[in-house]
Amino acid sequence: MKKTIFDKIWDSHIVKEIADGPSVLYIDRHYIHEVTSPQAFTGLENRGLEVFRPNQTFATCDHNVPTINQHLPISDPTSRHPVEKLAENTKKHGITYFPLGDKRNGVVHIIGPELGLTTCGMTIVCGDSHTSTHGAFGNIAFGVGTSEVEMVLATQSLLQTKPKQMLIKVDGDLGKGVCAKDIILYIISKLGTSAGTGHFLEFAGSTIQSLSMEERMTICNMSIEMGAKGGLIAPDKITYKYLKERVYAPIGEAWEKSVQYWETLKSDVGADYDAVYQFKAEDIEPMITYGTNPGMGMAVTDRIPEDSNDNLSFIKALDYMGFTSGEEILGKKIDYVFLGSCTNGRIEDFRAFASIVKGRRKHPDVTVWLVPGSKQVESQLEKEGIGDILRTTGFEIRQPGCSACLAMNEDKIPSGKYCVSTSNRNFEGRQGPGARTLLAGPLVAAAAAINGVITDPREY
Amino acid sequence: MGFEKFTILKSGTINVPIENIDTDQIIPARFLKTTTREGFGKNLFYDWRYDNEGEMISSSELNNNKGEKILVAGRNFGCGSSREHAAWAIYDYGFRAVISSFFADIFKNNALNNGLLPVQVSDDFLNKIFKNPGSDIVINLPERSVTISLTGEREDFQINSYKQNCLINGFDDIDFLISGRQEIEIFENKRDRVL
Ligand code: SF4
Repeated sequence: MKKTIFDKIWDSHIVKEIADGPSVLYIDRHYIHEVTSPQAFTGLENRGLEVFRPNQTFATCDHNVPTINQHLPISDPTSRHPVEKLAENTKKHGITYFPLGDKRNGVVHIIGPELGLTTCGMTIVCGDSHTSTHGAFGNIAFGVGTSEVEMVLATQSLLQTKPKQMLIKVDGDLGKGVCAKDIILYIISKLGTSAGTGHFLEFAGSTIQSLSMEERMTICNMSIEMGAKGGLIAPDKITYKYLKERVYAPIGEAWEKSVQYWETLKSDVGADYDAVYQFKAEDIEPMITYGTNPGMGMAVTDRIPEDSNDNLSFIKALDYMGFTSGEEILGKKIDYVFLGSCTNGRIEDFRAFASIVKGRRKHPDVTVWLVPGSKQVESQLEKEGIGDILRTTGFEIRQPGCSACLAMNEDKIPSGKYCVSTSNRNFEGRQGPGARTLLAGPLVAAAAAINGVITDPREY
Repeated sequence: MGFEKFTILKSGTINVPIENIDTDQIIPARFLKTTTREGFGKNLFYDWRYDNEGEMISSSELNNNKGEKILVAGRNFGCGSSREHAAWAIYDYGFRAVISSFFADIFKNNALNNGLLPVQVSDDFLNKIFKNPGSDIVINLPERSVTISLTGEREDFQINSYKQNCLINGFDDIDFLISGRQEIEIFENKRDRVL
């Protein structure tokens, strides 16, 4: 039988199947952070259990952490407490933990690949929906709830029903000023936020194959924004090149053997999908969202659409954003810009941002938070001289963490203010109560940071 | 782990006819800082129930709960973040079932793992419920059916037998997996993989 890459990985991880029920799926890699793990450890301890495979779980703190003065103790006790709990739990159970300040610390979905903990053909879970990011390397990677975190700690397995499969092909050459974020915002705007529900996505086609690993991660990261369980891209030479010599990546003979296996991770020609969509790269323009879910996106040059059927949710969204149907979004004044998150907090995103602001000045009325996704990204910025470019143009770089992506720390957008954000969610209140989020890629964000209004980055 | 067994539930409903209700609405991130599972109910749908000054919005149906155990919401309920706190908050508030015409995957799993039954009905049936806001609803899990008491209209829903049994008996997946640890070890030993 012809198999997709998903089938191949899935089949090789099934411990057993239950009649009219889920399967026991073995989990290779488990990441944990401070927000969704404490209750799982408590549950485990209440049952008197040890962690089954402590070497397969890795921990970082990212959601609650401040992005300035990380050398000081976390001042907000409600944020400090979960971070301390994580330190305590990982120590007690022999789990490797990258604490604040450690050179391997950062946002969980940035550091996994960066450290080579994420390779190819794996099953990977984390109590975090954007675990889909790791699919960029050809993995079945998906977010789970805290009960499931507990299951993995207890048994290195989960009960899972095999999802349906969807192929999304993008072919052709991207236009100037169009980046990976625009591709995924475009796809979600076309298919909607629930099109992927019950499905695992495979992204393919010449456009996808030409992308760097950073860009592929941006795409897979937002699979969940379509409601999909996850999204993956078959590994290739670009993947292996990225992984080679990463701290935890296999070396020597083990590396050769791994690559041999990874080479088999491709969908067979003629393999079956439950749904197939095709897009042309030429149709994609720099994108931005105007509403309160990631599907409410459009080209920056478009007007805010009308809703045909007086949909209550649509009216509520525009009302929240302070927008009206038919308006142009170009030229709208903005108050904040956030560059960061597991969607766009990698080195390439900072390179892209810097490419636009170089030789210009930050707009005086805009507050800009540039938050690297990890310590490694932070130090790379300095190595490449990007830090200098950003500082001389009036920007300041903060320290790594999730920051304004979900505003669990101090980095909150005030009520009613507009923020062009490179993160992944524009839900009501996501960046702080009443905050108005416009999702975009790093180029649109950079152009807005310079101009103080929504700007087409192709003008630069 | 201990949630109530679920067989037949008859109750009034609280209706929120809005689509794409995400888990950030269900429980905003700033309330996720406690490290236990309890007490999230008071912050359920916080930004809909309280104004900017933290004053209770008295017109919100969610602030006038008369013991309703069923939440009815528009399509694509529970999308967004994987936070299980969303399911905990709904359960802690007092709901035992959520009816919608579509659920986000992670939310559905989280709900089932906590004894909260997600009941997926057709858009048509969902509208019928919204049109009879005062009616009790009967959810019969052994029969896999949902009925609007006032009109007698009824629809069947799907759930796999494994999950159905878990809920009826108050079991969870962890108990099941732990009982199979030995098979998991055998599986590991058979594999030829570098991790
Ligand atoms: S950066 Fe945002 S989306 Fe990514 S893990 Fe952190 S909070 Fe979640």
